[in-house]
Amino acid sequence: MRYIQKIFMLSFVMIFSFVVQVYAGESVSFKGKSGTLQIAGGTAHIPVMRDLARLVMTEAPSVRIAIAGGGSGVGIQKVGEGLVDIGNSGRRPTEREIESYGLVLYRWALDGVALAVHPSNPVDGLDAASLAAIYKGEIRNWKEVGGADRAITLYTRDAASGTREVFWTQALKKGEIVDTAHVVPSNGAMKTAIAQDPGAIGYVSVGHLEPGIKGLRFDGVMPGVDTVLSGAYTVSRGLYSSTKGEATGLAADFLNYLYTPEGQAIIREKGFIPAGRD
Amino acid sequence: MANHFFPAREKGEKIFLHFCGFSAYFTFCLVLLLFGFFLFFAFPLLKSGGYFLLLVTPWQPLAGNYGIAPMIAGTGVISLLAVCIAFPVSLGAAAFCEADLAHKNLVRWIRPVFQLMTGIPTVVYGFLAVFLLVPFLRKAMGGSGFSILAASLMLALLIAPTMILFFSDAFRAVPKEDLRAMTAMGARPEEKLVFLLLPRARSGIVAGLLLAAGRAVGDTLIALMLAGNSLAFPSSLTEPARTLTGHIALVMASDTQSPEFRSIFACGLTLYLITTLLIFFCRRLMVAERENG
Repeated sequence: MRYIQKIFMLSFVMIFSFVVQVYAGESVSFKGKSGTLQIAGGTAHIPVMRDLARLVMTEAPSVRIAIAGGGSGVGIQKVGEGLVDIGNSGRRPTEREIESYGLVLYRWALDGVALAVHPSNPVDGLDAASLAAIYKGEIRNWKEVGGADRAITLYTRDAASGTREVFWTQALKKGEIVDTAHVVPSNGAMKTAIAQDPGAIGYVSVGHLEPGIKGLRFDGVMPGVDTVLSGAYTVSRGLYSSTKGEATGLAADFLNYLYTPEGQAIIREKGFIPAGRD
Repeated sequence: MANHFFPAREKGEKIFLHFCGFSAYFTFCLVLLLFGFFLFFAFPLLKSGGYFLLLVTPWQPLAGNYGIAPMIAGTGVISLLAVCIAFPVSLGAAAFCEADLAHKNLVRWIRPVFQLMTGIPTVVYGFLAVFLLVPFLRKAMGGSGFSILAASLMLALLIAPTMILFFSDAFRAVPKEDLRAMTAMGARPEEKLVFLLLPRARSGIVAGLLLAAGRAVGDTLIALMLAGNSLAFPSSLTEPARTLTGHIALVMASDTQSPEFRSIFACGLTLYLITTLLIFFCRRLMVAERENG
Protein backbone atom coordinates (compact mmCIF):
# COMPACT_ATOMS: atom_id res chain seq x y z
CA MET A 1 0.00 0.00 0.00
CA ARG A 2 2.74 2.43 0.97
CA TYR A 3 4.51 2.01 -2.38
CA ILE A 4 1.33 2.65 -4.29
CA GLN A 5 0.84 5.82 -2.31
CA LYS A 6 4.42 6.78 -3.00
CA ILE A 7 3.98 6.22 -6.72
CA PHE A 8 0.86 8.36 -6.71
CA MET A 9 2.64 11.08 -4.77
CA LEU A 10 5.59 10.93 -7.14
CA SER A 11 3.50 11.22 -10.27
CA PHE A 12 1.57 14.05 -8.68
CA VAL A 13 4.79 15.90 -7.84
CA MET A 14 6.13 15.32 -11.35
CA ILE A 15 3.00 16.64 -13.02
CA PHE A 16 2.89 19.55 -10.61
CA SER A 17 6.53 20.50 -11.15
CA PHE A 18 5.95 20.35 -14.88
CA VAL A 19 3.06 22.78 -14.56
CA VAL A 20 5.16 25.07 -12.38
CA GLN A 21 8.01 25.03 -14.87
CA VAL A 22 5.79 25.88 -17.81
CA TYR A 23 4.28 28.69 -15.80
CA ALA A 24 7.69 30.00 -14.75
CA GLY A 25 8.84 29.99 -18.34
CA GLU A 26 6.18 32.50 -19.23
CA SER A 27 7.12 34.90 -16.48
CA VAL A 28 10.73 35.51 -17.57
CA SER A 29 11.74 37.86 -20.34
CA PHE A 30 13.80 36.02 -22.92
CA LYS A 31 11.12 36.71 -25.53
CA GLY A 32 12.42 37.92 -28.85
CA LYS A 33 16.07 37.42 -27.93
CA SER A 34 18.44 35.42 -30.08
CA GLY A 35 22.05 34.27 -30.10
CA THR A 36 24.13 31.40 -28.81
CA LEU A 37 25.42 30.64 -25.34
CA GLN A 38 28.24 28.18 -24.70
CA ILE A 39 28.52 26.64 -21.25
CA ALA A 40 31.08 24.09 -20.05
CA GLY A 41 32.61 22.67 -16.90
CA GLY A 42 31.38 21.04 -13.69
CA THR A 43 29.08 18.08 -14.09
CA ALA A 44 27.09 18.78 -10.90
CA HIS A 45 25.74 21.94 -12.54
CA ILE A 46 24.43 20.20 -15.62
CA PRO A 47 20.94 19.10 -14.40
CA VAL A 48 20.09 22.64 -13.27
CA MET A 49 21.60 24.30 -16.33
CA ARG A 50 19.88 21.89 -18.68
CA ASP A 51 16.42 22.51 -17.21
CA LEU A 52 16.99 26.23 -17.24
CA ALA A 53 18.24 26.13 -20.83
CA ARG A 54 15.20 24.15 -21.88
CA LEU A 55 12.92 26.79 -20.40
CA VAL A 56 14.78 29.61 -22.11
CA MET A 57 14.90 27.87 -25.49
CA THR A 58 11.20 27.00 -25.33
CA GLU A 59 10.42 30.64 -24.78
CA ALA A 60 12.92 32.05 -27.27
CA PRO A 61 13.38 29.46 -30.04
CA SER A 62 16.18 31.44 -31.70
CA VAL A 63 18.37 31.20 -28.62
CA ARG A 64 20.81 28.27 -28.72
CA ILE A 65 22.37 27.09 -25.49
CA ALA A 66 25.02 24.38 -25.56
CA ILE A 67 26.01 22.77 -22.26
CA ALA A 68 29.10 20.57 -21.98
CA GLY A 69 30.74 18.80 -19.06
CA GLY A 70 34.47 18.36 -18.68
CA GLY A 71 34.87 19.06 -14.97
CA SER A 72 35.57 22.14 -12.87
CA GLY A 73 39.12 22.67 -14.07
CA VAL A 74 38.09 22.53 -17.70
CA GLY A 75 35.24 24.97 -17.06
CA ILE A 76 37.52 27.59 -15.54
CA GLN A 77 40.16 27.15 -18.22
CA LYS A 78 37.70 27.34 -21.11
CA VAL A 79 35.92 30.46 -19.91
CA GLY A 80 39.27 32.06 -19.09
CA GLU A 81 40.55 31.50 -22.62
CA GLY A 82 37.32 32.79 -24.12
CA LEU A 83 36.27 29.44 -25.61
CA VAL A 84 32.92 29.45 -23.78
CA ASP A 85 30.68 32.16 -22.35
CA ILE A 86 30.09 30.58 -18.95
CA GLY A 87 32.45 28.22 -17.13
CA ASN A 88 31.05 26.09 -14.31
CA SER A 89 33.09 24.85 -11.37
CA GLY A 90 32.27 22.88 -8.24
CA ARG A 91 34.87 24.93 -6.34
CA ARG A 92 35.74 28.58 -5.98
CA PRO A 93 38.31 29.45 -8.65
CA THR A 94 41.65 30.27 -7.01
CA GLU A 95 42.74 33.90 -6.62
CA ARG A 96 45.39 33.27 -9.26
CA GLU A 97 42.80 32.02 -11.75
CA ILE A 98 40.48 34.94 -11.01
CA GLU A 99 43.28 37.44 -11.47
CA SER A 100 44.99 36.03 -14.54
CA TYR A 101 41.77 35.37 -16.45
CA GLY A 102 39.79 38.34 -15.09
CA LEU A 103 36.94 36.12 -13.95
CA VAL A 104 33.72 37.30 -12.37
CA LEU A 105 32.15 34.69 -10.08
CA TYR A 106 28.51 33.82 -9.65
CA ARG A 107 27.89 31.41 -6.80
CA TRP A 108 24.29 30.29 -7.04
CA ALA A 109 23.98 27.15 -4.94
CA LEU A 110 25.51 25.17 -2.11
CA ASP A 111 25.89 21.42 -2.25
CA GLY A 112 26.15 19.81 1.18
CA VAL A 113 26.66 16.11 1.78
CA ALA A 114 25.13 14.44 4.83
CA LEU A 115 26.10 11.16 6.45
CA ALA A 116 23.07 8.91 6.70
CA VAL A 117 22.17 5.71 8.56
CA HIS A 118 19.07 3.57 9.12
CA PRO A 119 16.49 5.32 11.38
CA SER A 120 16.74 2.49 13.95
CA ASN A 121 20.46 3.11 14.46
CA PRO A 122 21.10 4.66 17.92
CA VAL A 123 24.32 6.36 16.77
CA ASP A 124 23.73 10.12 16.40
CA GLY A 125 27.04 11.41 15.19
CA LEU A 126 30.60 10.57 14.18
CA ASP A 127 33.84 12.49 14.28
CA ALA A 128 36.17 12.72 11.32
CA ALA A 129 38.58 10.14 12.72
CA SER A 130 35.99 7.39 13.29
CA LEU A 131 34.40 8.10 9.92
CA ALA A 132 37.75 7.73 8.18
CA ALA A 133 38.36 4.46 10.07
CA ILE A 134 34.92 3.17 9.09
CA TYR A 135 35.45 3.91 5.41
CA LYS A 136 38.97 2.51 5.55
CA GLY A 137 37.45 -0.75 6.79
CA GLU A 138 39.18 -0.63 10.20
CA ILE A 139 35.98 -0.19 12.22
CA ARG A 140 33.56 -2.89 11.11
CA ASN A 141 30.97 -3.01 13.89
CA TRP A 142 28.59 -0.33 15.14
CA LYS A 143 29.41 -1.15 18.79
CA GLU A 144 32.90 0.31 18.32
CA VAL A 145 31.33 3.75 17.79
CA GLY A 146 28.65 3.46 20.47
CA GLY A 147 25.99 1.62 18.53
CA ALA A 148 24.42 -1.84 18.67
CA ASP A 149 26.41 -5.02 18.06
CA ARG A 150 25.83 -5.09 14.33
CA ALA A 151 28.14 -5.26 11.32
CA ILE A 152 28.56 -2.00 9.40
CA THR A 153 27.54 -2.09 5.74
CA LEU A 154 29.39 0.57 3.79
CA TYR A 155 27.73 2.32 0.89
CA THR A 156 29.49 4.72 -1.45
CA ARG A 157 28.81 6.32 -4.82
CA ASP A 158 30.27 5.77 -8.29
CA ALA A 159 33.45 7.60 -9.28
CA ALA A 160 31.59 10.11 -11.47
CA SER A 161 29.43 11.34 -8.59
CA GLY A 162 29.79 14.95 -7.45
CA THR A 163 28.33 13.95 -4.09
CA ARG A 164 31.13 11.42 -3.70
CA GLU A 165 33.69 14.06 -4.63
CA VAL A 166 32.49 16.41 -1.86
CA PHE A 167 32.27 13.60 0.67
CA TRP A 168 35.66 12.19 -0.21
CA THR A 169 37.55 15.50 -0.19
CA GLN A 170 35.77 17.25 2.73
CA ALA A 171 34.72 14.46 5.10
CA LEU A 172 37.30 11.74 4.38
CA LYS A 173 40.08 14.21 3.52
CA LYS A 174 40.81 12.06 0.46
CA GLY A 175 41.26 8.99 2.64
CA GLU A 176 40.92 5.46 1.40
CA ILE A 177 37.51 3.83 0.75
CA VAL A 178 37.82 0.08 1.24
CA ASP A 179 37.08 -1.92 -1.91
CA THR A 180 34.41 -4.08 -0.27
CA ALA A 181 32.09 -1.05 0.02
CA HIS A 182 28.80 -1.29 -1.89
CA VAL A 183 28.57 1.16 -4.78
CA VAL A 184 25.20 2.65 -5.74
CA PRO A 185 24.61 4.69 -8.89
CA SER A 186 22.48 7.58 -7.56
CA ASN A 187 21.28 9.55 -4.52
CA GLY A 188 17.94 7.76 -4.89
CA ALA A 189 19.49 4.30 -4.87
CA MET A 190 21.55 5.34 -1.82
CA LYS A 191 18.38 6.33 0.07
CA THR A 192 16.63 3.06 -0.82
CA ALA A 193 19.61 1.00 0.29
CA ILE A 194 20.08 2.83 3.61
CA ALA A 195 16.35 2.89 4.40
CA GLN A 196 16.28 -0.90 4.22
CA ASP A 197 19.56 -1.93 5.78
CA PRO A 198 19.81 -1.55 9.61
CA GLY A 199 23.62 -1.76 9.45
CA ALA A 200 24.04 0.77 6.65
CA ILE A 201 26.10 3.93 6.51
CA GLY A 202 26.22 6.11 3.45
CA TYR A 203 25.96 9.71 2.32
CA VAL A 204 23.47 11.76 0.36
CA SER A 205 23.14 15.33 -0.83
CA VAL A 206 21.60 17.41 2.00
CA GLY A 207 18.59 18.08 -0.22
CA HIS A 208 17.90 14.34 -0.22
CA LEU A 209 17.66 13.87 3.57
CA GLU A 210 14.18 12.58 4.40
CA PRO A 211 12.37 10.68 7.18
CA GLY A 212 13.21 7.20 5.80
CA ILE A 213 16.89 7.73 6.62
CA LYS A 214 18.66 9.41 9.52
CA GLY A 215 21.24 12.17 9.09
CA LEU A 216 24.29 11.99 11.35
CA ARG A 217 26.11 14.82 13.09
CA PHE A 218 29.59 15.18 11.62
CA ASP A 219 32.10 16.53 14.16
CA GLY A 220 29.11 17.60 16.26
CA VAL A 221 27.28 19.57 13.57
CA MET A 222 23.92 18.45 12.21
CA PRO A 223 23.72 18.61 8.41
CA GLY A 224 20.92 20.79 7.12
CA VAL A 225 20.12 23.68 4.87
CA ASP A 226 20.74 26.22 7.67
CA THR A 227 24.07 24.80 8.89
CA VAL A 228 25.36 24.51 5.34
CA LEU A 229 24.32 28.11 4.63
CA SER A 230 25.98 29.37 7.81
CA GLY A 231 29.16 27.46 7.04
CA ALA A 232 29.03 25.48 10.30
CA TYR A 233 28.63 22.22 8.43
CA THR A 234 31.83 21.82 6.48
CA VAL A 235 31.11 18.91 4.15
CA SER A 236 29.86 21.22 1.43
CA ARG A 237 30.91 23.25 -1.54
CA GLY A 238 29.59 26.08 -3.62
CA LEU A 239 28.47 25.69 -7.20
CA TYR A 240 30.04 28.49 -9.18
CA SER A 241 29.61 29.85 -12.67
CA SER A 242 32.19 32.28 -13.97
CA THR A 243 32.39 34.70 -16.86
CA LYS A 244 35.42 36.49 -18.31
CA GLY A 245 34.71 40.02 -17.17
CA GLU A 246 31.28 41.20 -16.08
CA ALA A 247 28.58 39.06 -17.78
CA THR A 248 26.77 40.75 -20.68
CA GLY A 249 23.84 39.97 -22.94
CA LEU A 250 22.49 36.44 -22.92
CA ALA A 251 25.04 35.21 -20.38
CA ALA A 252 23.96 37.91 -17.90
CA ASP A 253 20.27 37.12 -18.44
CA PHE A 254 20.91 33.41 -18.05
CA LEU A 255 22.91 33.82 -14.83
CA ASN A 256 20.40 36.26 -13.36
CA TYR A 257 17.69 33.72 -14.06
CA LEU A 258 19.40 31.43 -11.50
CA TYR A 259 18.61 33.94 -8.73
CA THR A 260 14.90 34.31 -9.59
CA PRO A 261 12.29 32.23 -7.71
CA GLU A 262 11.85 30.04 -10.82
CA GLY A 263 15.58 29.38 -11.04
CA GLN A 264 15.80 28.65 -7.33
CA ALA A 265 12.92 26.19 -7.59
CA ILE A 266 14.91 24.23 -10.17
CA ILE A 267 18.04 24.40 -7.99
CA ARG A 268 16.05 23.04 -5.04
CA GLU A 269 14.42 20.37 -7.21
CA LYS A 270 17.87 19.08 -8.21
CA GLY A 271 18.87 18.68 -4.56
CA PHE A 272 20.98 21.82 -4.07
CA ILE A 273 20.56 24.80 -1.76
CA PRO A 274 20.02 28.11 -3.56
CA ALA A 275 22.55 30.70 -2.42
CA GLY A 276 23.52 34.26 -3.15
CA ARG A 277 26.84 35.41 -4.66
CA ASP A 278 29.71 35.35 -2.22
CA MET B 1 21.62 -8.96 -54.99
CA ALA B 2 18.93 -11.42 -54.19
CA ASN B 3 17.40 -11.23 -57.65
CA HIS B 4 20.02 -13.69 -58.93
CA PHE B 5 18.04 -16.32 -57.12
CA PHE B 6 14.55 -14.95 -57.45
CA PRO B 7 14.28 -13.17 -60.80
CA ALA B 8 12.03 -10.19 -60.15
CA ARG B 9 9.30 -9.52 -62.67
CA GLU B 10 7.50 -6.48 -61.40
CA LYS B 11 8.94 -3.16 -60.37
CA GLY B 12 7.32 -3.25 -56.93
CA GLU B 13 8.84 -6.63 -56.34
CA LYS B 14 12.27 -5.31 -57.29
CA ILE B 15 11.99 -2.40 -54.89
CA PHE B 16 10.96 -4.76 -52.13
CA LEU B 17 13.94 -7.04 -52.80
CA HIS B 18 16.32 -4.10 -52.80
CA PHE B 19 14.84 -2.86 -49.56
CA CYS B 20 15.29 -6.24 -47.90
CA GLY B 21 18.83 -6.50 -49.25
CA PHE B 22 19.64 -3.03 -47.99
CA SER B 23 18.33 -3.83 -44.51
CA ALA B 24 20.44 -6.97 -44.35
CA TYR B 25 23.63 -5.30 -45.58
CA PHE B 26 23.06 -2.27 -43.37
CA THR B 27 22.75 -4.37 -40.22
CA PHE B 28 25.76 -6.42 -41.26
CA CYS B 29 27.81 -3.28 -41.83
CA LEU B 30 26.78 -1.80 -38.47
CA VAL B 31 28.11 -4.82 -36.63
CA LEU B 32 31.34 -4.68 -38.61
CA LEU B 33 31.63 -0.93 -37.97
CA LEU B 34 31.15 -1.52 -34.26
CA PHE B 35 33.95 -4.06 -34.33
CA GLY B 36 36.14 -1.66 -36.33
CA PHE B 37 35.41 1.08 -33.81
CA PHE B 38 36.45 -1.19 -30.96
CA LEU B 39 39.66 -2.16 -32.75
CA PHE B 40 40.46 1.47 -33.54
CA PHE B 41 40.13 2.60 -29.93
CA ALA B 42 41.66 -0.53 -28.46
CA PHE B 43 44.63 -0.52 -30.83
CA PRO B 44 46.98 1.46 -28.53
CA LEU B 45 45.95 -0.80 -25.67
CA LEU B 46 46.46 -3.98 -27.68
CA LYS B 47 49.77 -2.85 -29.18
CA SER B 48 51.35 -2.08 -25.83
CA GLY B 49 49.93 -5.27 -24.30
CA GLY B 50 48.13 -3.05 -21.77
CA TYR B 51 44.84 -4.76 -22.48
CA PHE B 52 46.09 -8.07 -21.14
CA LEU B 53 47.56 -6.35 -18.11
CA LEU B 54 44.17 -4.76 -17.37
CA LEU B 55 42.59 -8.20 -17.46
CA VAL B 56 44.60 -9.39 -14.47
CA THR B 57 44.97 -6.27 -12.28
CA PRO B 58 42.48 -4.91 -9.72
CA TRP B 59 40.73 -1.51 -9.80
CA GLN B 60 42.55 0.86 -7.42
CA PRO B 61 42.47 4.36 -8.94
CA LEU B 62 44.35 5.86 -5.98
CA ALA B 63 47.21 3.42 -6.55
CA GLY B 64 47.09 3.95 -10.32
CA ASN B 65 45.60 0.53 -11.09
CA TYR B 66 42.66 0.52 -13.48
CA GLY B 67 42.39 -3.22 -14.09
CA ILE B 68 39.13 -5.08 -14.56
CA ALA B 69 39.96 -8.48 -13.09
CA PRO B 70 37.36 -8.26 -10.26
CA MET B 71 34.67 -7.31 -12.78
CA ILE B 72 35.52 -10.20 -15.08
CA ALA B 73 35.27 -12.53 -12.08
CA GLY B 74 32.00 -10.85 -11.05
CA THR B 75 30.44 -11.25 -14.49
CA GLY B 76 31.69 -14.85 -14.67
CA VAL B 77 30.38 -15.93 -11.28
CA ILE B 78 27.02 -14.13 -11.53
CA SER B 79 26.27 -15.35 -15.07
CA LEU B 80 27.44 -18.89 -14.43
CA LEU B 81 25.37 -19.18 -11.27
CA ALA B 82 22.33 -17.72 -13.04
CA VAL B 83 22.66 -20.24 -15.86
CA CYS B 84 23.14 -23.11 -13.39
CA ILE B 85 19.95 -22.10 -11.56
CA ALA B 86 17.89 -21.42 -14.67
CA PHE B 87 18.96 -24.42 -16.76
CA PRO B 88 17.39 -27.33 -14.80
CA VAL B 89 14.25 -25.31 -14.10
CA SER B 90 13.88 -24.32 -17.75
CA LEU B 91 14.55 -27.83 -19.03
CA GLY B 92 11.95 -29.17 -16.62
CA ALA B 93 9.39 -26.55 -17.61
CA ALA B 94 9.94 -27.12 -21.33
CA ALA B 95 9.72 -30.90 -20.94
CA PHE B 96 6.57 -30.51 -18.84
CA CYS B 97 4.91 -28.51 -21.61
CA GLU B 98 6.12 -30.41 -24.65
CA ALA B 99 6.50 -34.06 -23.64
CA ASP B 100 2.84 -34.87 -22.94
CA LEU B 101 3.51 -34.64 -19.21
CA ALA B 102 0.93 -31.90 -18.71
CA HIS B 103 -2.67 -31.55 -19.75
CA LYS B 104 -2.92 -29.82 -23.14
CA ASN B 105 -5.26 -27.13 -21.79
CA LEU B 106 -2.79 -26.28 -19.06
CA VAL B 107 -0.01 -25.87 -21.63
CA ARG B 108 -2.22 -23.51 -23.62
CA TRP B 109 -2.24 -21.24 -20.58
CA ILE B 110 1.36 -21.65 -19.46
CA ARG B 111 3.17 -21.03 -22.73
CA PRO B 112 1.83 -17.48 -23.26
CA VAL B 113 2.99 -16.65 -19.74
CA PHE B 114 6.55 -17.67 -20.65
CA GLN B 115 6.30 -15.59 -23.80
CA LEU B 116 5.09 -12.63 -21.79
CA MET B 117 7.96 -13.07 -19.34
CA THR B 118 10.54 -12.61 -22.10
CA GLY B 119 9.22 -9.08 -22.59
CA ILE B 120 9.35 -7.85 -18.99
CA PRO B 121 11.94 -5.04 -18.72
CA THR B 122 14.89 -5.93 -16.51
CA VAL B 123 14.45 -2.77 -14.46
CA VAL B 124 11.11 -4.14 -13.23
CA TYR B 125 12.79 -7.31 -11.99
CA GLY B 126 15.53 -5.24 -10.39
CA PHE B 127 13.13 -2.85 -8.71
CA LEU B 128 10.98 -5.64 -7.27
CA ALA B 129 14.04 -7.51 -6.05
CA VAL B 130 15.39 -4.47 -4.20
CA PHE B 131 12.23 -4.40 -2.09
CA LEU B 132 11.47 -8.12 -1.83
CA LEU B 133 14.47 -10.36 -2.48
CA VAL B 134 17.25 -8.22 -0.98
CA PRO B 135 15.63 -7.82 2.49
CA PHE B 136 14.80 -11.54 2.47
CA LEU B 137 18.40 -12.51 1.70
CA ARG B 138 19.67 -10.07 4.33
CA LYS B 139 17.57 -11.77 7.01
CA ALA B 140 18.25 -15.30 5.76
CA MET B 141 21.96 -15.10 4.96
CA GLY B 142 23.28 -12.02 6.75
CA GLY B 143 25.30 -9.28 5.07
CA SER B 144 23.53 -6.48 3.25
CA GLY B 145 21.49 -8.64 0.89
CA PHE B 146 22.99 -6.89 -2.13
CA SER B 147 25.01 -9.84 -3.31
CA ILE B 148 26.07 -12.18 -6.07
CA LEU B 149 23.25 -14.49 -5.01
CA ALA B 150 20.57 -11.80 -5.34
CA ALA B 151 21.76 -10.82 -8.82
CA SER B 152 22.09 -14.45 -9.94
CA LEU B 153 18.59 -15.39 -8.77
CA MET B 154 16.98 -12.48 -10.62
CA LEU B 155 19.14 -13.07 -13.70
CA ALA B 156 18.01 -16.70 -13.65
CA LEU B 157 14.41 -15.51 -13.67
CA LEU B 158 15.27 -13.19 -16.54
CA ILE B 159 16.89 -15.80 -18.78
CA ALA B 160 14.63 -18.75 -17.91
CA PRO B 161 11.80 -17.84 -20.35
CA THR B 162 14.29 -17.52 -23.21
CA MET B 163 15.64 -20.97 -22.40
CA ILE B 164 12.18 -22.49 -21.99
CA LEU B 165 10.97 -21.22 -25.36
CA PHE B 166 14.17 -22.35 -27.06
CA PHE B 167 14.00 -25.80 -25.48
CA SER B 168 10.31 -26.11 -26.34
CA ASP B 169 11.03 -25.36 -29.99
CA ALA B 170 13.83 -27.92 -29.96
CA PHE B 171 11.42 -30.55 -28.58
CA ARG B 172 8.78 -29.62 -31.15
CA ALA B 173 11.26 -30.05 -33.99
CA VAL B 174 11.54 -33.77 -33.24
CA PRO B 175 9.51 -35.57 -35.96
CA LYS B 176 6.01 -36.52 -34.83
CA GLU B 177 6.33 -39.88 -36.64
CA ASP B 178 9.12 -40.96 -34.31
CA LEU B 179 7.05 -39.98 -31.29
CA ARG B 180 4.03 -41.89 -32.60
CA ALA B 181 6.21 -44.92 -33.29
CA MET B 182 7.40 -44.90 -29.70
CA THR B 183 3.86 -44.44 -28.44
CA ALA B 184 2.80 -47.41 -30.57
CA MET B 185 5.48 -49.50 -28.90
CA GLY B 186 3.97 -48.61 -25.54
CA ALA B 187 6.44 -45.99 -24.33
CA ARG B 188 5.34 -43.76 -21.47
CA PRO B 189 5.77 -39.95 -21.81
CA GLU B 190 8.78 -40.01 -19.47
CA GLU B 191 10.46 -42.68 -21.61
CA LYS B 192 9.81 -40.69 -24.77
CA LEU B 193 11.40 -37.66 -23.10
CA VAL B 194 14.53 -39.42 -21.90
CA PHE B 195 15.18 -41.73 -24.89
CA LEU B 196 13.90 -39.69 -27.82
CA LEU B 197 13.28 -35.99 -27.12
CA LEU B 198 16.34 -35.15 -25.04
CA PRO B 199 18.92 -36.85 -27.30
CA ARG B 200 17.36 -35.44 -30.49
CA ALA B 201 16.98 -31.93 -29.11
CA ARG B 202 20.51 -31.80 -27.72
CA SER B 203 21.93 -29.19 -30.07
CA GLY B 204 18.85 -27.00 -29.65
CA ILE B 205 19.21 -27.22 -25.88
CA VAL B 206 22.87 -26.27 -25.96
CA ALA B 207 22.15 -23.41 -28.36
CA GLY B 208 19.44 -22.08 -26.04
CA LEU B 209 21.80 -22.42 -23.11
CA LEU B 210 24.53 -20.41 -24.85
CA LEU B 211 22.14 -17.67 -25.99
CA ALA B 212 20.73 -17.36 -22.49
CA ALA B 213 24.27 -17.22 -21.11
CA GLY B 214 24.96 -14.39 -23.55
CA ARG B 215 21.95 -12.54 -22.25
CA ALA B 216 23.07 -13.06 -18.65
CA VAL B 217 26.54 -11.72 -19.42
CA GLY B 218 25.15 -8.70 -21.27
CA ASP B 219 22.45 -7.64 -18.83
CA THR B 220 23.32 -4.45 -16.98
CA LEU B 221 20.53 -3.25 -14.75
CA ILE B 222 19.93 -6.33 -12.63
CA ALA B 223 23.56 -6.57 -11.60
CA LEU B 224 23.80 -2.80 -11.18
CA MET B 225 20.76 -2.70 -8.89
CA LEU B 226 21.32 -5.93 -6.95
CA ALA B 227 24.94 -7.04 -6.95
CA GLY B 228 26.24 -4.25 -4.68
CA ASN B 229 28.93 -3.22 -7.19
CA SER B 230 31.82 -3.40 -4.73
CA LEU B 231 35.29 -3.35 -6.21
CA ALA B 232 36.74 -6.23 -4.22
CA PHE B 233 37.39 -9.58 -5.85
CA PRO B 234 34.25 -11.69 -5.19
CA SER B 235 34.87 -14.03 -2.26
CA SER B 236 31.48 -15.49 -1.34
CA LEU B 237 28.00 -15.72 -2.82
CA THR B 238 26.54 -13.49 -0.10
CA GLU B 239 29.15 -10.79 -0.76
CA PRO B 240 28.67 -8.00 -3.29
CA ALA B 241 30.51 -7.95 -6.63
CA ARG B 242 30.67 -5.79 -9.73
CA THR B 243 30.05 -6.93 -13.31
CA LEU B 244 31.68 -5.62 -16.49
CA THR B 245 28.41 -4.05 -17.63
CA GLY B 246 27.83 -2.48 -14.22
CA HIS B 247 31.36 -1.08 -14.27
CA ILE B 248 30.77 0.61 -17.62
CA ALA B 249 27.56 2.12 -16.26
CA LEU B 250 29.23 3.38 -13.07
CA VAL B 251 32.42 4.88 -14.43
CA MET B 252 31.71 7.91 -16.53
CA ALA B 253 34.76 8.81 -18.54
CA SER B 254 34.59 11.55 -21.12
CA ASP B 255 38.32 12.12 -21.55
CA THR B 256 39.48 9.60 -24.15
CA GLN B 257 43.07 9.81 -22.91
CA SER B 258 42.28 8.96 -19.30
CA PRO B 259 43.08 5.54 -17.81
CA GLU B 260 39.41 5.24 -16.77
CA PHE B 261 38.37 5.49 -20.40
CA ARG B 262 40.86 2.85 -21.47
CA SER B 263 39.63 0.58 -18.72
CA ILE B 264 35.99 1.02 -19.78
CA PHE B 265 37.10 0.21 -23.27
CA ALA B 266 38.75 -2.96 -22.13
CA CYS B 267 35.44 -3.88 -20.47
CA GLY B 268 33.52 -3.29 -23.70
CA LEU B 269 36.02 -5.26 -25.75
CA THR B 270 35.92 -8.14 -23.28
CA LEU B 271 32.11 -8.23 -23.37
CA TYR B 272 32.17 -8.13 -27.16
CA LEU B 273 34.61 -11.02 -27.27
CA ILE B 274 32.63 -13.11 -24.76
CA THR B 275 29.38 -12.62 -26.69
CA THR B 276 31.07 -13.32 -30.02
CA LEU B 277 32.56 -16.53 -28.67
CA LEU B 278 29.19 -17.67 -27.28
CA ILE B 279 27.43 -17.03 -30.61
CA PHE B 280 30.30 -18.66 -32.49
CA PHE B 281 30.00 -21.88 -30.47
CA CYS B 282 26.23 -21.74 -30.77
CA ARG B 283 26.48 -21.63 -34.58
CA ARG B 284 29.16 -24.31 -34.72
CA LEU B 285 26.87 -26.64 -32.83
CA MET B 286 23.89 -25.99 -35.06
CA VAL B 287 25.93 -26.41 -38.25
CA ALA B 288 27.53 -29.61 -36.95
CA GLU B 289 24.11 -30.97 -36.08
CA ARG B 290 22.75 -30.19 -39.55
CA GLU B 291 25.67 -31.97 -41.21
CA ASN B 292 25.27 -35.04 -39.07
CA GLY B 293 21.64 -35.18 -40.10
